[in-house]
Amino acid sequence: MSLLEVRDLNVTYGADVRAVRGVDFALDAGQTLGMAGESGSGKSTVALSLLRLLPATATVTGEVRLGGEDVLTMGWGRLRAVRWAEASIVFQGAMSALNPVRTIGEQIREPILLHEKVGVRAARERTAELLDAVGVPSRRMAAYPHELSGGQRQRVMIAMALACRPDLIIADEPTTALDVIVQAQILKLITDLVHEAKISMIMISHDLSVLADTCDRLAVMYAGRIVEIGDSRQLIEAPRHPYTKALSSAFPKIGDPASRLAPSGLPGDPPDPSAIGAGCPFAPRCPEVFDACSTREVELWPAGPPDSARESACLRVLPEFAEVPA
Amino acid sequence: MADPVAAGLAGEVADAVASPAGPRWYRSGFWPYLASKLTGAVISFLVMLVIGFTIFNVMPADPVSALTRSHPTSPAQMAALRKQLGVDLPVWHRFLNFVGHTLTGNLGDSWQYHQSVSSLIADRLWPTVLLIGSSTVISVVLGLWLGIRSGWRHGSVFDRLSSGISLTLWSVPTFWLGLILLVLFTVGAGPIPSGLFPAAGMSTPGYQGSWLGQVGDTAHHLVLPCLTLVLVIFAQYVTIMRSSIIDELGSPYLLTARAKGLRDDEVRRRHAVPNALLPSVTVIFLQLGTLLAGAITVETVYSWPGLGFLTFQALQIPDLPLLEGTFVVLSGSVIVMNLLADLLYRVLDPRVRAQ
Amino acid sequence: MTAAVVASPPRLEGARRFAREFFRMPTAIAGLTILVVFTVLALSAPLFISGDDLDVTKATGGQLAPPGHGYPLGTDQPGRSVLLLLIWGTRTSLAIGVIATLLAMVLGSAVGLLAGHYQRFAGRALMHVTDWFIALPSLPLAISLSAVLGQGARSITIAIAVTSWTSTARLVRAQTLAVEARPFIERARALGAGNVQIMVRHVLPNVAPLILVSSTLTVAGAILSETTLTFLGLGNPTEVSWGTMINQAYTGSAVTRGAWWYLLPPGIAIVVVVLGFTMTGRAVEHILNPRMMTR
Repeated sequence: MSLLEVRDLNVTYGADVRAVRGVDFALDAGQTLGMAGESGSGKSTVALSLLRLLPATATVTGEVRLGGEDVLTMGWGRLRAVRWAEASIVFQGAMSALNPVRTIGEQIREPILLHEKVGVRAARERTAELLDAVGVPSRRMAAYPHELSGGQRQRVMIAMALACRPDLIIADEPTTALDVIVQAQILKLITDLVHEAKISMIMISHDLSVLADTCDRLAVMYAGRIVEIGDSRQLIEAPRHPYTKALSSAFPKIGDPASRLAPSGLPGDPPDPSAIGAGCPFAPRCPEVFDACSTREVELWPAGPPDSARESACLRVLPEFAEVPA
Repeated sequence: MADPVAAGLAGEVADAVASPAGPRWYRSGFWPYLASKLTGAVISFLVMLVIGFTIFNVMPADPVSALTRSHPTSPAQMAALRKQLGVDLPVWHRFLNFVGHTLTGNLGDSWQYHQSVSSLIADRLWPTVLLIGSSTVISVVLGLWLGIRSGWRHGSVFDRLSSGISLTLWSVPTFWLGLILLVLFTVGAGPIPSGLFPAAGMSTPGYQGSWLGQVGDTAHHLVLPCLTLVLVIFAQYVTIMRSSIIDELGSPYLLTARAKGLRDDEVRRRHAVPNALLPSVTVIFLQLGTLLAGAITVETVYSWPGLGFLTFQALQIPDLPLLEGTFVVLSGSVIVMNLLADLLYRVLDPRVRAQ
Repeated sequence: MTAAVVASPPRLEGARRFAREFFRMPTAIAGLTILVVFTVLALSAPLFISGDDLDVTKATGGQLAPPGHGYPLGTDQPGRSVLLLLIWGTRTSLAIGVIATLLAMVLGSAVGLLAGHYQRFAGRALMHVTDWFIALPSLPLAISLSAVLGQGARSITIAIAVTSWTSTARLVRAQTLAVEARPFIERARALGAGNVQIMVRHVLPNVAPLILVSSTLTVAGAILSETTLTFLGLGNPTEVSWGTMINQAYTGSAVTRGAWWYLLPPGIAIVVVVLGFTMTGRAVEHILNPRMMTR
C-alpha cells in the first residue's frame, strides 16, 4: 500500500473558481515526487489540501489517503495529530513563514513539544541536533528570524519540518526566494536529508530544472490537472505532452547551439479557473493543436512502455491520433 | 543589493562570527537610541515651557490688575506688587527665571489658596494616579480582550456589535456620561435605589475606620469615576487591538502554525496575539493624553480631589499660577509617557532592536 | 495647457461615482441624514423660536418641571422649555464646531502644503513644530488658552483651532509629497510655474478631498471639545448651548434633584451629531481610500 494516495481531488474556491480539477496520484514510502507548473496551475493548492490547510472558502472533495486514513474526512483531533507528525511542510518565503517575534529555537521546539511526550530539555537537545543537521550552528537557537540570512532561514524551515520525524515532507517552492548558489545548497540539503531518513517528499516548483535533479518522479500540472506524470529523467528527455515540451525547452541546454537560437517561452496565459471550457485546457496555447483538441475531453492515458507508470493527458498519445499533423 | 551572491555569502560569514555577550535588548545600539529619544523629549519639554510661558506670562494683559480686580489697590501698591512678581523685567529674563524655577520645583503661589502651587500639586497627585492607573488597567484588559475577539472573527455579529458600541461611546462626552452615572447611582432612577455610591470626593468626611476600612471606603468612592473613564477610553484599545489582529490575520506564519497541528485558539494566542500586541502596548502609553483630558472632566464631575479637579478649581478667577502649574505638570507627564512608550517598544520588538 | 487637464480627472464622472458608492453604505446615509436634520434645525430655529422663549426673565413654565403640558422635554431652572433650548443650542455648538474646524483646516493645510513643498529646511522646521504641538495634550492647552483669552465663544473657538490643526497638517504634508512626486508637477515647473502657483493650482485640488474627509472628523472632535470647555465654565453662561445646559445642570440643582430631562437631551444630541459627523467622515474615507475597504 502506498504511503499517500490521492484520488479525484477537486478544490473549488467560492462558487466557481475551480483550482484543482480531478487530481490522482500515489506516492510510495521513500519516493520523491516533483510537481511542476506555472503559477495558478493548482500545485500549491494540492499541497495545502493534503493536510486540509486551505481556507474555509475552499470546497475540497475526493480522497487523500495518508498511511491508509483519509485526511479529508478525519476528525479535527486526529487531523491535528497527523499534521507535522506524519506529514510536514517546508513553506516558501521563510521570512514571512516564521513568526518574527519568536526565536527559531522556540519555533522548532513547538511541534516537538506538541506531538511528542518529551520535556523542554529533550526538545531543546533535539532542536540543537536538527539545526546542526541542516548546517545552522546550534548556538543560534536564540536568534530571531530577521537576524538570519535568507539561506539560513530556509534551513531553519527544513529543520522545523523534520522535527517530528514525519513520513512525508511537502516542500512548496523551497528555493524560490533564494539566490542561485544558496538554492543549490538548500536543494542538496533537502535531498540528502530525505534520502538518509527515507522520508517521502513532494517538491513543488515552477522550475523544472530544479525538480529534474531532485525527484524520482515528476508530475506536470496545468489548469488544475495533472497533464503528464512519470519518471523524471524520462519525462524531461522525452516529454509526451506539448506543455511539458514547452517547459523543458524553456531552459537552454548548455553546449547546444540550437537551443540558443530557438525561441522558448510560451505565448499566452493560463486559463481563468472560473471559466474553463470544453476540451483540452491547453488547446489555445498548444503548438501541436488540432481540431479534436477543443472538443474531446482529455484524461491521463498511458504514454510509455506498459510498466513505466508514464501517463500523459494529450490526445496524441492515443493510437488513433498519433500521426495527426499539427 | 549589489551582488546577491556575495551578500548571501557575507551574511553567512558574519553570522558565523561569535555574537557578543550581554542582554539582548541592551546589545545593539541601545545607548544611541536612548540618547536620541531623550534629546527629543527634552526639546519637547522646553518647547512646552515656551508655550506655557507665552500663554500665561506674555498673553495676559496685566496680571496685577487681574489679581487685584476685586480689591481696591493704589497705584503704588500695584507697582510694588509688580516688582514683587517680577513682571517689570524684560521678557527673556522672565522666561529664564521661569525655566529655572520650574526645573527646581518652584511653580509660584496660587492666588486663591495662598499656598505654593507645587505643594497643591503634590497633594493632588496620588488621587489622579490612582484614578488613571485603575482605569487604564481595567480598560486595557477589557479593550484588548474585546479587540482580539472582534478582530479574529472580524465581520461577525460580535465584531460589528462591539465596533458599534465602541464608536458610540467615543462620541459620548465624558463629563455628561459621568453626570448620568452620578444621577443614576446616587439619586437613583427607576429600579436603582438611591445612595448606592457616594456622590463626591475620595473618602467619606470624618471616616474613622481601620486602614482596611479606609481602603474600602476609597474604593467605594472610586467606582463611579473609574467606571466613567473606562467606558470612554476602552474603545481605543478595542480599535487598536482589532486592527492589529486583522493586520496579522493574513500572515504566512499563521499558516505554518496551523500546519504544525495547533488548535485555532492556540494559533491565535501563541502567534497572532504577540505580534498584534506590539503596537497596542505603545498605544497604551500614548493614550495618556486622552486619559488626562478625561480625568480632568471626570474628577470635576465627581469632585475627586486630583490634578484634574485642581485644574477646574484654577479656572475660577482664573488662578493663573495654579493653572500654569497644572499645565506644566500635565503636559510634562505626557511627554515622559511618550518617551517611555518609545523605549518600551524597542525592548519588546526584536525587529526594532536591529536598527 | 495640458497640465491642468492632466491634473484632474473628469470632475462630473468622479462625483457621480462617489455619490453612488456613498449611498450604498447604510452608515453613510445615516450619518448624512443626521447632519442634514441638524443643519436644517439650526438654520430654521429663528423661525419658530423667539427671543422670549430664551429669555430667562420671561420664562413661563414651572421651575425644573418634568415633561408634560406643552413642554415635551420639561423646563429648566428658570422655567424655559428644554426642547426649545436644545434646538437653539444646535446653532451655537454647530457654529463653534464648524468655525473652529475651518480655522484648523486653513492653518493645518497651510502648514502641510508649505512643509511638503519646501522640503528642506523650512519644511523640516515646520514638521518639528507640528510634532511639538502633537506632543502636547490638547485639553490642558485648550483650557489654558481659553482661560487666558477670557470667557466666551471666541476664545473657545480659537483654543479648539489651535489644538486641532496638527492632524490635518500631517495629512496634507504626506499628500503634498505624494502629489509633487508625480510627473505633471515637473512639467508645470518646466513651463515656468512658480512655487505658489504649483501649490495652489496643482497640489491643492488633489489634496482637497482628503482635507474634506479630515475636516468632517475634526468637526466631531471640535464639538466634543466645545462642550467640554463650556462645561468647565469657559463658555459664555448667558449663551444657550448644549455645553452650558449641562454645565448648569451640574452647577445648579438639576443633578441632585434628579432632573434627567434637563441632563439627558443635550448629551444625546451631542452623541447623535458627533456620530453623524464621524459616520459620514469614515464613509467618505472608506470610499476615497480603497485600501481600507478590505476591513
